Amino acid sequence: MSQIDEILDVVAEVTLIDRSKLVPEVKIVDLGITSLDMVEVICTLEDKHGIELPYNANMNFQGFRTLGDVIRMVEETLAKTNT
Amino acid sequence: MIHERRVVITGLGVISPIGQDLVSFGQNLFDGVCAIEPVEFSWGDITSSFPVAPVKNFDPTAFIEAKKLTLIDRHAQFAVAAARQAFADSGLVLTPEMAERSAVITGTSVGSQNTLEEGFRNLAGGSRRAHPFTIPRLMSNAGSSHISMTLGFTGPGFTVASACASGVHAMGVAMHMLRSGLVDRAITGGAESCLTFGTLKGWDALRIMSPDLCRPFSANRPGLILGEGAAMLMLETLEAARARGAKIYAELAGFAMTSDAKDITTPDVGGASRAIAGALADAGLNPEDIDYINAHGTGTRWNDITETAAIKRVLGERARHVAISASKSMFGHALGAAGALEAVATVLAVTRDVAPPTMNYLEPDPECDLDYVPNVARPMSIRVALKNSFGFGGLNAVVAVRKMTD
Repeated sequence: MSQIDEILDVVAEVTLIDRSKLVPEVKIVDLGITSLDMVEVICTLEDKHGIELPYNANMNFQGFRTLGDVIRMVEETLAKTNT
Repeated sequence: MIHERRVVITGLGVISPIGQDLVSFGQNLFDGVCAIEPVEFSWGDITSSFPVAPVKNFDPTAFIEAKKLTLIDRHAQFAVAAARQAFADSGLVLTPEMAERSAVITGTSVGSQNTLEEGFRNLAGGSRRAHPFTIPRLMSNAGSSHISMTLGFTGPGFTVASACASGVHAMGVAMHMLRSGLVDRAITGGAESCLTFGTLKGWDALRIMSPDLCRPFSANRPGLILGEGAAMLMLETLEAARARGAKIYAELAGFAMTSDAKDITTPDVGGASRAIAGALADAGLNPEDIDYINAHGTGTRWNDITETAAIKRVLGERARHVAISASKSMFGHALGAAGALEAVATVLAVTRDVAPPTMNYLEPDPECDLDYVPNVARPMSIRVALKNSFGFGGLNAVVAVRKMTD
């Protein structure tokens, strides 16, 4: 399973949205994911990977338009942690 | 709306990060002093640093007998200290008959968090039993109870909880009691002290806390900063105040409370605007009568946008001509004490005709495009001011403070 799939699985688990609707290009707001859902997704991803994601709900929400943005943040943080 | 029994403020007391008495609080408020600093919080061998606005060097023995301190959580100590200040400030001399018609209605959001965490810390650390006074310290009504015991108020007394709106809700409930004739006076306000490891970790996990400062209404504002403290107001009916020749700060002319019934954390413009409109209607006022609004202004993306929209919805064109400022920029978000601390700031604004500043304001946000009195206090005529308080869980309370002219 790819990392992208793993991350999207977490999103599906937390938000209970149909996994087939979760693709990197889709907009978070179009999926009806609330800010509380997003906080839970972030915390679950952090726990799963033992990392701290630089997510501040006030500022990142605007830069967080799609699920691809979430994936990118996790990948970048993991890359930094592993170097 | 005409109210037969008008409610006025005759005493003020404050324990805050920017001053532990009314004079220094007022001085620092208008000077734009910011009390936010990084503080370390530890549990076992874990230490985390968070920027907060603490009350430093508080000496509870100045207000409470040393022997009694082990019975009283820090937040309730703040409550008693501020209440004693407000009562002394009012100059009231209480008889037993008056005491029965005197209420204590104060707010807090989490209450005795320090006692809770200290208790668990000791038990987890191997202590055989809890401290014997754990229960009386823990109960959320501790602040109101100790105030009533200290001042000898034997009328109605309890604690109000509505998260960040607790202080203003408490004031409103007290106002209603005075207006209805149930009581003739009340100590009201709010107290909070939960700058603890658990609290900070909890708020941190919600991902809305700022990593440095609180910048309400500013573009790219990074979120909220927690504070602590207490503020208490002595309320009397206008008739009772005049009968004894009391000094009167201002009138509590209107109050309204609403619920969003939408989301447990995200604010709603509908609930907020109905509360603002309701306070105006209750006071028999129009938008043109408002000169200043002390905002809830937490510095989160959502509150500041929603609050701006609610102000515009109710005040219409007048919104562009009122001064709005967020005192949380200076002393942080004191949760259950916030509304009360900021209400005192609002009363001082009205009595001095100066709008306190919104500090740490960097640049305008297109979605927050009103006048937020950035960084410098502004002398201006203030006939009526509003104090907005919007709590988590969608509970809103707004009070209108009017300058005494009659």
